[in-house]
This record gives sequence, C-alpha cells and structure tokens, in this order.
Amino acid sequence: MKKIQEGRLRFYGHGIPYFEDTEVRGKLVVIEGPDASGRSTQIGMLTSSLEAAGHAVLNTGLKRSELISEGILEAKRNFAIGRKTLSLFYAADFADQLENKIIPALRAGYIVLADRYIYTLMARSTVRGISRKWSHSLFGFAIVPDLVFYLDVDPNELVHRVFQKNTFLDYFESGADMGLSDDMFESFLIYQARIGREFHRMQKRYNLTIIDGNRPIQEINADLQKRIDDYLASSTQKPRPDTN
Amino acid sequence: MRYPVKGKLIIVEGVDGSGKSTQIHLLEKWLRYIGMPVFFTEWNSSETVKEITSKGKKKGLLTPITFSLLHATDFTDRYERHILPLLRAGYIVLADRYVYTAFARDVVRGCNPYWVRHLYDFAVKPDLAFYFKVPVDVAFERITKNRPKLKYYEAGMDLNLSNDPYESYRIFQGRIVEQYESMIKPEKFVVIDGTADIEQQQEMVRQKVLAMIPAKLKEAWV
Repeated sequence: MKKIQEGRLRFYGHGIPYFEDTEVRGKLVVIEGPDASGRSTQIGMLTSSLEAAGHAVLNTGLKRSELISEGILEAKRNFAIGRKTLSLFYAADFADQLENKIIPALRAGYIVLADRYIYTLMARSTVRGISRKWSHSLFGFAIVPDLVFYLDVDPNELVHRVFQKNTFLDYFESGADMGLSDDMFESFLIYQARIGREFHRMQKRYNLTIIDGNRPIQEINADLQKRIDDYLASSTQKPRPDTN
Repeated sequence: MRYPVKGKLIIVEGVDGSGKSTQIHLLEKWLRYIGMPVFFTEWNSSETVKEITSKGKKKGLLTPITFSLLHATDFTDRYERHILPLLRAGYIVLADRYVYTAFARDVVRGCNPYWVRHLYDFAVKPDLAFYFKVPVDVAFERITKNRPKLKYYEAGMDLNLSNDPYESYRIFQGRIVEQYESMIKPEKFVVIDGTADIEQQQEMVRQKVLAMIPAKLKEAWV
C-alpha cells in the first residue's frame, strides 16, 4: 500500500498555538447532516471498507467527550440556559475531542471519520440569532478537514425517516425552543429547512461537498466511497490541496 | 445585539492575594447600606458549569482551550442570565473578575490573544474597572501563608514551569501580572495600590464610584 503523505495541521482561524507546525499523516473526513439523514449508517459502512483496505480508522462525534457531554445534557434540561452559553458548552465538548482524540489520531496516521463537526454547531447557533462572525471566530481553533460531506435530505422526506427511527420528534432537532410554530410537526419542517439553508450558505466558505441524501443508502455509499478513494489516491502523490 | 443599558458595571481585577475581593465586598456592603440596587457576581460560579469545570480540574483533564472555553461558558451563563438583564434593569452590577481575567490567564496558558478577545466580544465594557496592583511577592506571601497546598491549575502546573508547585505559582502569577500591566492603558483600568491600608483603598474606590453614579440614579435610590 502506498504511504499517505504528511501534511501540516491547518486551522480555520487563530488556531491552537501549541499545535502549530504539528505534522500529521492521517486524514479527517467529516459527515454532516441532520438526525436520521443516514450519517451513522454511512460512517459504519465507510469504516468497514476503509479498514478492509488496510487503513486505521477512528470514529468521533459531537457530545461524546467524557468531560463535558454530561454537562450539556444537564444544561439542556435546564430551559433557562442561554443560547451563547449552550454554544460555548458545545464548543468546549468539541475542543476536548479535537485535542484528545482527533489530533492524536491524525498524528498517528488514522483516517478519522467525524459524525458531525463544527458546521452543525454553527448552523444551530446562526438560526438562533448568534452572529456568523462570532461563531466563525469561536471555532478558529478547529482544524480544516480534508473532506466534508453534507447529507442533504428534504425535510419532508426526513420527517418520515425520523418517525421510522424514533416515533417522535426531538425537541431541539425540531427547533421547539425557538417558537417557530405551536405545532411540533410544522416546527420541525421549518427548522430543518432553515438549518439546510444555512449549510448551503456555508458550502463555499468551508468547502462542503453537498451529497443528495434522498437517494437509497447503497447509492449514497458508493458516491461517498468513490470521493474518499479518489482523495486518498490523489494525496498519496501530492500534498493536500488548499481549501481556504 | 446591543441593548441600552441603564445600570452601571463595576469590576475588579488583580492576581490572587491582591485584595480585590475584600474591596469589592466592602463596596457592595456600602452600596446596599445606602440603598442602591446591587447585584454581585464572581468568576467561575455558574451553577450549571462550575461542577464540570471542577471535575475537569480535579482529574487534570483540561487543555488550555477547554479550560478557556469552560470559563467562557461559565461567564456567558452568568452574563446572559444575570449581568446583562440586571444592567438593563438599572442595577449596579459588581463583578469579582471579568473578561480581563480570561485575557490574562488564557493567554499565559498558550491561547491566541485575538481568539480569546473575540470569544468575549459581546460583553459590555465596564463603567469602572479597578486593577489592584501588588508586587508578585506580596500576593504570593498572602496566598501561601495559610495554604498548605496549592491546587494544580491554580499553581499553573499544567504549564510545566516547575515541578515545585510554589515555584510554578510564583512564575505563573508573574506572567499574569505582565498581562494585566499591558492592559492598564488600553482598557482604562483604575489602578489601586493593593499594598495600602484596606481603609485607604476603600476610600479611593468609593470616591471613584460616587463620581460615576448618575445623579438621577442617586436621587431615585438614596
């Protein structure tokens, strides 16, 4: 197998001074998309095939840090919590995983598959009235992934998938805290459409690849797999392209 | 979003052992005594966040970035819930440490200074910011005199400055003082000599505060 070339960590903003000049051999691939868009199914399939191809793979996601995830659950139960406060809580949770899991794995040469990244956090904040500029600056310590896919699913299709999975609509994923509609179903559709729009808006700045998530699982998987394989093949020869 | 703020924000800064907490405590007592509407808040005290921060600290799990973000979360919780609404309602809000503590500590820990400042850019500027200036040795003496053991992060042990907690603490505090000193002018700190008598310091503090409270507010409440 060909060796993947080394690259330097690149940050979105001011970065983490003590990680500057850190060399990494691994690759960071992000799968974004709403709940029930098929993210975890796709990550499972990609993990198997990448491992079968001989790569070491690490899965990460939001709200999984040992330190902070519990606090976020606690904070969300408390409805008096402010929106900026919650954003910062999520950012702390993300930072914990970035520094303690993602960066070490990248240094060790892993392919890191991230189930959501900063884009979901920024989209959620933006639709709740927090300025894009502030969020962008907040996540200035985040590293620029090699690939970011957004599974774009029509809210009307998405709602069916949610019901297949859960039989109820999640409070926050329906934007119920935002007073969009008295009707939860209606609220879900409005909220998901706004989040979707925000992702499209972020596409250029953050170099997101938008994937049509309305298709069957296998078809989406073939699409993702090909894009990842092509990227890995190209990065064994030349340094990774600049995405800024 | 910026709202019109009717109240006044008074904050104190300085290293541990600079005497700032004593002074703001006396200020609070006095303002309450003369009948002002006062709210007091201190660094790292939000009920929602404090527990997690202290758990992380106990386990030594915090990196400079998570340390910074958790303290920002704590601050923002107090800001969104208490500081801003109370200022809008016309209260005199007293804060024992404000954003400048983060500007000093987080930068010494290795965070980017611009990043830290952006994090807090939504916070209103204080109407009065007192900086209690003391030589590092005096503050060190005051803190360590009655303390058999320094805590890990308090002593800055995460910075690998020295294996001896006391030596580490002294170096760490010295660097924080440097950061504070560099902010005196741009942030318009009112410098109080923290080595003076408690009464003398309080006299200075009260003079500055009286000069700042609008006549209307005084009439309405005194």
